Amino acid sequence: MEIVVCAKYALDVAEIKIDPSGKPLLDGVPRRVSDIDKNAMEAAVNIKEKQGGTIKVVCFGPASAKEGLKELLAMGADEAYLVEDPSGGMLDTAATVEALAAAIQKLGSFDLILCGEATTDGYTGQVGPRLAGKLGIPQITYARNLNVEGNSVTAERDLEDAYETVKAPPPVLVSVTREINVPRIPSLMAILKASKKPMTVWKLEDLGLSKEKLEQVSTLRTVDLQGFAVERKRVIIKDKPVEEAVQELISYLMKEKALGV
Amino acid sequence: MAEEYRGIMAYSEDKDTLFELLSKGRELADQLQTEVSAVLLGEKVEAEAGELASYGADKVYVVESPQLKGLLAEACAEALQAVISQAKPEVLLVGATKRGKELAPRVAEKLGTGCVAECVALEVDAGSREFKMKRVVFGGKVSSTHTIAGKPAIATIPPRIFEKKKADGRTAETVKVEAEISPPKAEVVEVKPKETAGIRIEEAPIVICGGRGLKQQEDFKMLQELAEVLGGQVGCTRPIAADRGWFPEWVGLSGKKIQPSLYIAVGVSGAIQHVAGIRSSKIVVSVNKDADAPIFADSDYGIVEDLYKVVPALTEALRKILKK
Ligand SMILES: Cc1cc2nc3c(=O)[nH]c(=O)nc-3n(C[C@H](O)[C@H](O)[C@H](O)COP(=O)(O)OP(=O)(O)OC[C@H]3O[C@@H](n4cnc5c(N)ncnc54)[C@H](O)[C@@H]3O)c2cc1C
Ligand SMILES: Nc1ncnc2c1ncn2[C@@H]1O[C@H](COP(=O)(O)O)[C@@H](O)[C@H]1O
Repeated sequence: MEIVVCAKYALDVAEIKIDPSGKPLLDGVPRRVSDIDKNAMEAAVNIKEKQGGTIKVVCFGPASAKEGLKELLAMGADEAYLVEDPSGGMLDTAATVEALAAAIQKLGSFDLILCGEATTDGYTGQVGPRLAGKLGIPQITYARNLNVEGNSVTAERDLEDAYETVKAPPPVLVSVTREINVPRIPSLMAILKASKKPMTVWKLEDLGLSKEKLEQVSTLRTVDLQGFAVERKRVIIKDKPVEEAVQELISYLMKEKALGV
Repeated sequence: MAEEYRGIMAYSEDKDTLFELLSKGRELADQLQTEVSAVLLGEKVEAEAGELASYGADKVYVVESPQLKGLLAEACAEALQAVISQAKPEVLLVGATKRGKELAPRVAEKLGTGCVAECVALEVDAGSREFKMKRVVFGGKVSSTHTIAGKPAIATIPPRIFEKKKADGRTAETVKVEAEISPPKAEVVEVKPKETAGIRIEEAPIVICGGRGLKQQEDFKMLQELAEVLGGQVGCTRPIAADRGWFPEWVGLSGKKIQPSLYIAVGVSGAIQHVAGIRSSKIVVSVNKDADAPIFADSDYGIVEDLYKVVPALTEALRKILKK
């Protein structure tokens, strides 16, 4: 199996602070590999362990994403490719897909593209389906398990009211949920070995693209960002006998008329 | 070129969500003095068209094809594209069920336009006809507002964001679209319905949510009793549903967004992705034995204590007060 994993070096949302006027402070927020993309990598490694093949990981992002790609190489990717985003993350998913598709086409043939169900920062869940659409291949989204046998890829999708098993011949794109596996934590040995694996950095021009071209396909404009103010009362009851704590809580709730009495 | 695009179009394979989108679409269309259309995709769906008029549709585009069996994204995208190139709507609203969430971006890519994922508020400027679409980003910490320069502007909209409004006596024209749909390469081989699917936790006035602090499935009976005394419903965090399979659905960013008047988190740590689903709750109460659990920062009232002591005591005390 020739596997391509798409991984984002996403903003660490836990580190985003909101300023007093309600604007999120995004400068200097540290980044990390988007959580579910590690599940996608683990799924790729599991397939490779059973079937053999190669795993290439592709990222469209800032130069600092090399740090994240090293981690994914240590998890078991064979080669890493970074397409440098000159926009500072200001482009939409259509532009991301334009860059990823060009990179994947340059890499040559593939059987399986793995994505996460959504990223931890943008959380659109659009890159996978858009990429599949652009490449004209079938997609299986929200996969909670994945099986490759002979010439077919089968995955069980976690939908709201049912589990749906879908089968498709390669090439196919699968987006995975975080429940599909537990991503491995690479050993020191694996980390050392990964430093010798190939990492290629491409500029958009290396892929026949340009910043202008990406701006042109990027039709989504962000006109406002507003942080949610936390305005909870934060009354915490502790170090009291349970009965007393419960009575105190109930009296608060009655004052709030939250119990209908 | 762009001026050719007129009208509001709605699609969802989930009927209630489609009614909601049409109701909102009606309101927007009246503002813009344009029309609302609905799309039906499937093997045999024309019979469903009648009902859609009463929720505001002026036209119902119907694509029927054996290729639409199983509603695979590949085939639905082709069908929807065919409808859009014929009808040229200025905006397309797609229900943000998981099927809708994977369909809309595929269609957007093919049409070279933008799509706002899981839009929770939508307004239009009647002059510029520009749509402002709001969504939640950064794990639920920030609300972002977008416009889309491409046509049509596409948004996916979660169930229960808009209210459905029925008006009798309206009629709609049915337009059958003959689309060439290629046989999908993917194939549905099995569908296993989830057991207790169908509970509408979004509509419950009181929700008690259990997290990984509950050690076994049986312990949810405790929450069920509390819910019965309060007249509420039980929900859970993502790992309880998706890892352990104790419930079909969960509350949070990737699950249901709820707006009860009272929300009680039991053995829930309060990860931002969970809190993203409870922001609209009027009062948040939490029970957690760890005083440093992040849920306390997002709570109005909290008890730091073992849930196995608090929940039975709370249920007992409430039973006396509420005389149940
Ligand atoms: C992209 C993405 C989307 C996600 N979407 C969602 C979502 O929609 N909804 C969601 O819920 N999660 C979501 N998650 C997962 C989320 O990050 C957390 O992992 C999850 O919410 C944690 O669930 P929990 O609180 O049940 O478990 P834990 O974090 O394990 O917390 C258990 C809590 O129980 C307490 N506890 C243990 N024993 C007791 C006891 N005896 N008495 C009292 N307290 C006790 C502990 O102190 C702890 O705080 C998402 C994650 C990602 C990356
Ligand atoms: N910049 C990126 N580089 C590589 N892969 C990405 C990028 N953005 C998104 N993806 C992939 O697409 C999935 C969904 O992302 P999103 O649409 O941003 O929620 C992620 O889990 C990744 O697998």
